[in-house]
Amino acid sequence: MKKISGAEAILRSLVEEGVDTIFGYPGGAIMPIYDNMHIQDHNINHILVRHEQGAAHAAQAYAQVTGKPGVCFATSGPGATNLLTGVTNANLDSIPTVFITAQVPSHLLGSDAFQETDMVSLSMPVTKWNYQITKAEEIPDAIAKAFHFAKTGRPGPVLLDITKDAQINEFDFRYKKIKSIRSYIPKPQLKSTDVDEAIAMIQKSKKPLLLAGHGILLANGRDELLSFVEKTEIPAAVTLLGKSVIPEDNPNYVGMLGMHGNYAPNILTNRADLIIAAGMRFDDRVTGDLKRYAVNAKIIHVDIDEAELNKNIAADLAINADIKEFLKEITPKISYKTDSAWLSEFERLNKIETDKVIKPECFPSTGKIRSGEAIFRLSEQTKGEAIVVTDVGQNQMMAARYYKYMNPNTLITSGGLGTMGFGLPAAMGAQVGQPEKTVVLFAGDGGFQMTFQELGTIFQYNLPVKMMILNNNFLGMVRQWQDLFMDKRYAETIMPTPDFPLMAKAFGINSNIVVERENLDKAIYDMLNTPGPYLLEVKIEQETNVFPMIYPGSAVDEIVLEG
Amino acid sequence: MYTITAFSENHIGLLNRITIVFSRRHINIESLTVSSSEMKGVHRFTIVIEEDEELVNKVVKQIAKLPEVLRAAYFQNDDIIYREIALYKISIDSAIDKNLEHLLREYNARMVDIQKDFVIIEKTGHVEDTEKLYDMLKHFNILQFVRSGRISISKQKKELSAYLSELPINEYVKG
Repeated sequence: MKKISGAEAILRSLVEEGVDTIFGYPGGAIMPIYDNMHIQDHNINHILVRHEQGAAHAAQAYAQVTGKPGVCFATSGPGATNLLTGVTNANLDSIPTVFITAQVPSHLLGSDAFQETDMVSLSMPVTKWNYQITKAEEIPDAIAKAFHFAKTGRPGPVLLDITKDAQINEFDFRYKKIKSIRSYIPKPQLKSTDVDEAIAMIQKSKKPLLLAGHGILLANGRDELLSFVEKTEIPAAVTLLGKSVIPEDNPNYVGMLGMHGNYAPNILTNRADLIIAAGMRFDDRVTGDLKRYAVNAKIIHVDIDEAELNKNIAADLAINADIKEFLKEITPKISYKTDSAWLSEFERLNKIETDKVIKPECFPSTGKIRSGEAIFRLSEQTKGEAIVVTDVGQNQMMAARYYKYMNPNTLITSGGLGTMGFGLPAAMGAQVGQPEKTVVLFAGDGGFQMTFQELGTIFQYNLPVKMMILNNNFLGMVRQWQDLFMDKRYAETIMPTPDFPLMAKAFGINSNIVVERENLDKAIYDMLNTPGPYLLEVKIEQETNVFPMIYPGSAVDEIVLEG
Repeated sequence: MYTITAFSENHIGLLNRITIVFSRRHINIESLTVSSSEMKGVHRFTIVIEEDEELVNKVVKQIAKLPEVLRAAYFQNDDIIYREIALYKISIDSAIDKNLEHLLREYNARMVDIQKDFVIIEKTGHVEDTEKLYDMLKHFNILQFVRSGRISISKQKKELSAYLSELPINEYVKG
């Protein structure tokens, strides 16, 4: 057998795992890997980002739109630490990602060598698993484990830190994929007694409410969800990351939960007599005050991660299982139809929200353009078929609320971590993963400026991302809280912005700005129909707030429609 | 007071990963003992914390979910036999006092080493026992005192490890 270098072994191992795209940035310690990629054709498409944080967000979005793990390369020290925000983001949102960081030669470990950082320790609290490779021989097994951990069970980020000497040294390479590891049980066994008990609880209930979370998308369980909902007509609400798991025109779709979710599902959470929580984790942004959450309901909680069960909310029936399997099992067995009177309660409350919030937001006739309006127009023009990527803040909540998601995995957003600056690099990663699809970014002026160096990457690879900057010259969500809770003391939330279209031009990217309502549709049309990347700045009302809102400390049914 | 037992692979960094579960939740670890178990390549963690059961349960699930932890469980004191070991260094002048021998018999402690200037006494038991002996030895001039963390063994007939040792370490996809 011919000996190969560690660097070559890393690339060949990645190819064995089906990797064809890597987001990364070279540097001293990782040079052997880049060198091998240069001299040998591994059929890997490497995307050179402008900052490692961008690589991490791009890899996560790539994973979300392709269903394959996203992979990143970064050099030791600053290259590696720059990844950390993205690693943390992927961890909180359970996205399968493999981060490969280079490390100083093993004999220098612990000596404060140039560009040495203890990445294993630094990334430990924010990865599902990590490992430092100090010998070339360890490479195949470590990479096999990394992919096994990243993809299976509750997915998440893993990090491999590889010393420079391990990249250089040669060994006999042989790759074997992992089938199982004794310390790790990715898929708990679904018990038929649990299914029977769930059926009994559902059949006893008069007012059931299904909370569909990200877990269903991760488990690829959309079809099973739709069959269950179709058969039982149980109203289905979604979490922020559960958006797009059910088409928004589905008759049983009742909206989004949580702080800026819809009026009906939040209020009716506290009138429901049964909550079926499917692949979600009762985040505090969903539950509001825990003590006054789901006050009238029994709770069935199904999650693949046992540590989520009874963590925030005590379940009457906690089922540790793959949600797809659970739904597949329960649907043929159950015989249940939801009372139409219960469903009409959602309609009644939804109408109140439509009249008081949605119509004024999406169809205003006076004042400046509103962000909801711009998003809604774009939703109409793309027929809800685009992949939507958001930044964080008001733009994110508006994009979640006013785009009509029709296809699975079409909202890419930073949920758990709420990472400003996520949007642009994530949009770039989504476009790399789905080159033929329309990828739209909604970003605020603040978040866009956090990572806008990635315009360079978009320009380099001519990625046809459609970027809409909703510019209110404010850090809008913080300003909203200052408005509501701090007597309008706008501490450091007012922000002048550069000439965004001119900046796009500097990168050779088409651009436009729209200020007047009558030009909005045409501007969106031009953006969508101009080949290649496009930046559209929309000047929006400066001091608008996102409503409805569950104020911090309030209960879900105390959601308010106006400030 | 709860005793958490975890079995993990003997890999670098596992101790750190496990203690992060506690430090994240601002939980103070009262005692921590880590050593190799009877199974090759498997380490046993014995961790004592003072928290309510609901929290202990959550923490144990978060430890158990770490990919390299084989199993984790928690016990109340009644469910386990537990011990710690204490060593006391006493100056030789005090040690020749004949009351010391009497004390050692009474407390079931023993002298494990004698040097020119001091003797070493060993006592195994619960915290209260080693502490009590400490108090009693005070007027014998204790030069140094050291105490281990808790080790424990469950009152179940078969330990977790018995069946864990039957699992294959890794299985690979055939190809």
